[in-house]
Amino acid sequence: MITLTIDGQRVEAEEGQTILEAAKAAGIRIPTLCHLEGLSPRGSCRLCLVEVKNWNGKLVPACATPAQDGMEVVASSERLRNLRRMILELLFAERNHICAICPSNGHCELQDLACELGMDVVHFPYRFPGLKVDASHQRFVYDPNRCVLCGRCVRACSEVEGAMTLGFSGRGVYTLVEADLGGPWGASETCTGCGKCVQACPTGALVERGKATAEQEKRPQLVAEVTERRPRVQD
Amino acid sequence: MRRLEVLVCSGTACLSSGSEAVKRALLEAISAHGIADEVRIVETGCMGPCELGPVMLVYPEGTFYVKVRPEDAEEIVVEHFLKGRPVQRLLWAEGAPAPREIPFFARQKKVVLANCGIIDPEEIEEYIAAGGYEALGKALTEMSPDEVIEEIKRSGLRGRGGAGFPTGVKWELVRKAPGSEKYVICNADEGDPGAFMDRAILEGDPHAVLEGMAIAAYAVGAKRGYIYVRAEYPLAIQRLKRAISQAREYGLLGDDIFESGFSFDVELRMGAGAFVCGEETALIASIEGRRGEPRPRPPYPAQSGLWGKPTLINNVETFANVRHIILKGADWFSSLGTQTSKGTKVFALAGQVKNTGLVEVPMGITLRELIFEVGGGVPEGRKFKAVQIGGPSGGCLPEELLDVPVDYESLREHGAIMGSGGVIVLDDSACMVNVAKFFLQFTADESCGKCTPCRVGTQMMLEILNRITEGEGTEEDLARLEELAQLVKSASLCGLGQTAPNPVLSTLRYFRDEYLAHIRDKACPAGVCPALIHYEIDPELCRGCDACRRACPTGAIQGTPGKPPYTLDQSRCIRCGACLAACPFGAIARLPGRKE
Repeated sequence: MITLTIDGQRVEAEEGQTILEAAKAAGIRIPTLCHLEGLSPRGSCRLCLVEVKNWNGKLVPACATPAQDGMEVVASSERLRNLRRMILELLFAERNHICAICPSNGHCELQDLACELGMDVVHFPYRFPGLKVDASHQRFVYDPNRCVLCGRCVRACSEVEGAMTLGFSGRGVYTLVEADLGGPWGASETCTGCGKCVQACPTGALVERGKATAEQEKRPQLVAEVTERRPRVQD
Repeated sequence: MRRLEVLVCSGTACLSSGSEAVKRALLEAISAHGIADEVRIVETGCMGPCELGPVMLVYPEGTFYVKVRPEDAEEIVVEHFLKGRPVQRLLWAEGAPAPREIPFFARQKKVVLANCGIIDPEEIEEYIAAGGYEALGKALTEMSPDEVIEEIKRSGLRGRGGAGFPTGVKWELVRKAPGSEKYVICNADEGDPGAFMDRAILEGDPHAVLEGMAIAAYAVGAKRGYIYVRAEYPLAIQRLKRAISQAREYGLLGDDIFESGFSFDVELRMGAGAFVCGEETALIASIEGRRGEPRPRPPYPAQSGLWGKPTLINNVETFANVRHIILKGADWFSSLGTQTSKGTKVFALAGQVKNTGLVEVPMGITLRELIFEVGGGVPEGRKFKAVQIGGPSGGCLPEELLDVPVDYESLREHGAIMGSGGVIVLDDSACMVNVAKFFLQFTADESCGKCTPCRVGTQMMLEILNRITEGEGTEEDLARLEELAQLVKSASLCGLGQTAPNPVLSTLRYFRDEYLAHIRDKACPAGVCPALIHYEIDPELCRGCDACRRACPTGAIQGTPGKPPYTLDQSRCIRCGACLAACPFGAIARLPGRKE
């Protein structure tokens, strides 16, 4: 066992646990978006950034940083709140997040985070990129305009289902999630139609066809349930 | 009997200015005059003054010729090679035939580039004759791995890729990391705009890099190495391939090197041109065949790198320093440079400076010496304005800071970084807002898109800069820009994002008045941003030649030939500058500010 402090509170953790896992076990809330239990950590959305006092105040993603003995972590402060709120504003402004017309309205992790972090206004102009919606799949629809590029679908597809259908293409703000390195998702030869990507998606970017907003509630915990039932191959 | 050696620069810059044709013309001329066995022509790596290419050096006396054309070959052969009279008009400066008499060379200290421009990089014998692989032999037969690491640590060598991490400490971390399988990687994914130090080393002295890697592999306990080089460097790749196969033939790579029981081999990997792949974790992902994206550290590559194994990753120039430290000792190396930054640094001088090209100077030299003594200052008629050092991760420093010594700490303190060695000199024709925009455009384009602050933050910053240069900016935008810059700097995942705001932050710090002129006065003081300038025809100087009217693509200029003055309709002018370029009488002026 190792001991660290999070916001002044002494927390015990097992060797190899991340800061996020240690915090969760101690009942300390750290906001996350790209993190999903059952998937490898990605550390990309930067909402779970915490400050490590004894690393010169360095900001690290709690989801991807191993807890270490003697670590002094600040998980909530004025600085971090502002930082997280601004990152969230950037995510909202990047594409087309208008809740009123989104099938995930009411059960969207991005929306929940905005409420939690008190983001009541976006200071940046929306970019409205007008990306093409892929509705070619029999059962699912991908609307990149609602995508936050968290990569949960990509990881669920490769790490849990093992299909490796979904991947990223392009870079910067032009990054997209694509099936089989491009082309319509419906024409994919590798997609098994398992739907884990849809369940893992935190926003309305991946939704099930023919379901009303009220029926779109997702079960991201499914990913962890599936991986728990199956022994993970250790490398 | 051989009496002359002619070294013809065959670096990428001289090749593109025609050194290959010069070499052929020289070969033809010497055989035509029957002195083919008296003169040996050697193709070498970069000699430095790329601006003056093709360049060549004639030994034994060391005459340095610049801007040589194939048609000069006959004269050089007849006058110089046969009659012994150097061709004066092709010298850099008349009466100064030898490099040591030219300030550009005299202020330099060549360690890493010692062989560059001297030996033929395609022949391993020349490298060996110049002391090559002696250091590897010494390390393998006389030193233990710990002694090698101790020597590197004592030398004070720091990573030349830009971050300046102590090299010996890194080696020790990899050596101590548990596991029997380890890797050495040479990061040759040089991508900063205007930087070509690593290219020149790889093209001019590839064995120095291989030797450094082999010594490092011995020290950390690796058997396998990779060189990750960008595919845009075809000549470097060709010479590296040749160097690797020659080293294998000589038993300097492969099994049981110097009969020491130590085995090491190197493989090339070509990058596909993504700037982010210069970041070590993204580079490793790319070698593994995955998308070139960085991942959070820790774990550092020293703990878990290529294929999850402990991996040493150093820059080209860092490896090229190693043999000199092993041969001449840590004390010699640490006698060069400053308290915290030892040795020399190779810089690529570019922009508005007389002697653009490749230079190597001791650490601690001031920016003024680097730009004005080595670089020769800005061209006649213009005034120095700023120096952009460290590439897109670096900053712009103004004239007041020219006496800052070039070392890792001093540059960082003033908002720039050492970076990999790109130095871009800007004169008074540069708009600093536009310069910041240029670099930010680059990083926003090259952002891999993984983390939010870098992906969206740089894009939002860019959009603000676009607004400012188009005259739509507000002072509120400036505050927002600074806020975003701090966010991107502190919250981004990798070095690309963490340093991307530096050009913006440093220009805001030193050239804030230019931003304000764009915002408050709607004027670009340097006359660069098209939306914030206007053109005027001086009625006194206009002679009615009609050239401007014909050049104007929008019909904004009116007039009758022979009946000056012509007039310019501001509402139709798109401020392209075609009239200014066409006017033979200097009657058209570009002025800051809008005019309706």
